[in-house]
Parts: sequence; structure tokens; C-alpha cells
Amino acid sequence: MVYSYFPGCTLKNKAKDLDTYARKSAEALGFTLEELENWQCCGGVYPMAKDEIATKLSSVRALADAKAQGRDLVTLCSACHNVIKQVNNDMATDEDIALRANNYLKLDEEYRGETKVLHYLEVLRDVVGFDTIKEKVVNPLTGKKIAPYYGCLLLRPKKVMQMDNPENPKIMEDFIRAIGAEPVIYPLRNECCGGYVRIEDKDTASKRSAAVVGSAADFGAELMVTACPLCMYNLKNETVPVKYFTELLAEALGVKE
Amino acid sequence: MDKREEILRISGVDVRKCMRCGKCSGTCPNYDEMEYHPHQFVYMVETGNIEPLMNSKSIYKCLSCFACADRCPRGVEPAKVVEAVRLAVIRQKGQNHLKASQVPDVLDEDIPQQAFVSAFRKYSK
Repeated sequence: MVYSYFPGCTLKNKAKDLDTYARKSAEALGFTLEELENWQCCGGVYPMAKDEIATKLSSVRALADAKAQGRDLVTLCSACHNVIKQVNNDMATDEDIALRANNYLKLDEEYRGETKVLHYLEVLRDVVGFDTIKEKVVNPLTGKKIAPYYGCLLLRPKKVMQMDNPENPKIMEDFIRAIGAEPVIYPLRNECCGGYVRIEDKDTASKRSAAVVGSAADFGAELMVTACPLCMYNLKNETVPVKYFTELLAEALGVKE
Repeated sequence: MDKREEILRISGVDVRKCMRCGKCSGTCPNYDEMEYHPHQFVYMVETGNIEPLMNSKSIYKCLSCFACADRCPRGVEPAKVVEAVRLAVIRQKGQNHLKASQVPDVLDEDIPQQAFVSAFRKYSK
């Protein structure tokens, strides 16, 4: 299976590991991520304002390119996933936004939210299957207590993201089980790390990160996993080490070099 | 257009749906850092009391984590109201909250590009 793939700005730079291990693991699991030729940065945050069009166009271009290739669009960074999936929802449901975006872009074929957007974790769960992953694991992370960190971007808004139950998610827990480790289920796994407020107010972001990591530590985590470079940056100076989930996947599949 | 109308139009939120249960503020992870809390944003916009919100640092403290929006039993989405008030401020001439000249102060070896693109989208036009 070949998917159109939107890596995003950070995966080309500070979060290369997140991207590299995802591609290697994909090949080991029998699917290919084909990077869109001319993707542009998603902007990092979904523009909530009803009257913002320009800030949504990079997502629409990526979505329309995937449609032209006749493929689903796979994302990996939590922020890119959140932005692109929400913009896709706008293009399908908000007549004003869809009309204005199409009027501007003048695509060969009007785009109306036809592309299916999948997060890499959803490909693992819904296409490959966690049982298949379990069979392909050669280095199980047996006994390792790993805390999944969802943060806010993967799960909310629930009506649009539809990845999992936002109050009691299990996709990352099931992933952790599939690679042979033990998931740590802790209360703050779906609460914000402080996000971009880090730039505005470092202390505030640190408080949020410390609360999240403290919660994971209280429940016995030895390691945390995330899909988001900004979460990684915010969390990594606390008391529990943090890795990208794709690194652990590559390690378990024996394709990490 | 008056400010109330502007906020309602930008946000697309129907503030009249609020039943004042306070769940949004109860669940807000950044409650302690805010002078005005999510439920107050909704109420003050409903009553047209916009100036204090526009002048408060609270508009820069919202994490846009959508906890308030997803957990609201009435589907009010307070995060969109906070965003609209912030935009009503920063869209004005000279009101960019984050400037490129501030970047070197926060820059370090590991900081992801995502942090900057997100912050500029939120705090600047």
C-alpha cells in the first residue's frame, strides 16, 4: 500500500528521528510513505477564526495533491495531523471557507474535503493491525513500562479528529502492547504540555509539562512516548525520558540502526 | 461593527448557548495563569464587556488545547472565543504580540521549528 505523506517542517529538521524511523518501520510492515512533492508548512496550529483563509491554504494544497494521486494522506506530527484534518473538515462542511479557498486556488478540480487523512498510528491500528505488528516484532520491549502521551492535538476536537475516545484513549496503549511493553495509564495523558506558550511564557509551559511528566512518574513510567516534536521539547527536561513512538517501533521491528 | 459583533463573527460561537456551569474553567489546564477564565470570556462577550478581555494578558495564556471546547456540555467552544478576542487585538496596526526580534532570546539548540511557526500564528499577524 502506498500513501501520500505530509512530513511537515519539523520532521525535516529537529525531529528527523520521528520521520526516519516511521519510514523504516513502514517498509518493514509493508506500506510506503511517498512524500508529497510540493508540500508547505501547515502553520503548526489550526486557525480557528471563521474568516481566515490564507492560513488554511497550505493544508488544502496538500489535501488536493493527495486527491489527485488518488491516495489517502498520512501525517505523523500531531500538529500537522490536527491542522490538516481540521482544515479538511472545513472544506467538507463549511461552505464559506470551501468556496473562498477554491476561488483562490483555482485547482483543476474543486476540492471539497474528499481526501481521507490518516495519522500514522491509525495506519498501524486500522490497516496493518496491532496483531500483525506483534507478529513482526523481533526485539520485544518486554517489561518496559511506557507512558503514552497524547497531549491535546491528536484527540481534540473529538468530532473532527475521531481517532479515539478523547477522555479514555487506547490507541497508543495498544501500540505499546504490540511492541511487547507495558502501557502506563495515567490521568494527564490527554492534557496539554504547554505547547507554543513556551515561546511566550517559559515558566507557564514548564508547569504544564512538569504536571504531565509527574503524573506519568507517579504511575510508574520509565519512559514516555509522543508523536509531537513540541511536546517532546516541552517534556524532555523533566524527570522521565521521552522518545518518539516511531523510534520504539523501529527498535522492536529490528530496523533501527 | 462593534467589538461584540466582531468577536462573534470571527469565532462563529453562539455564546447564548452557555448555561454557566463553569466546566470549561474547571477543566482548563492553564486556569491559574489567567486573569479572566474561559467561562468569563464567554459571559463577558455575551454581555458586550470586551475591553477588559482585550487588555488582559489572559488572551496570550490560552493553550488552545480544546479541553474547554470538547468538555462543554452545550458545545459552546470557549477556546474559539479567546482566539477571536486575541485576533481582535493583534489584527490592529502595531499590535503584533510576538516579534521576530524576540526570537534569539528563546532560541536554543533543540527548539523545534513547530514552536516558532505556532507561536507566530497565535501571537502575530
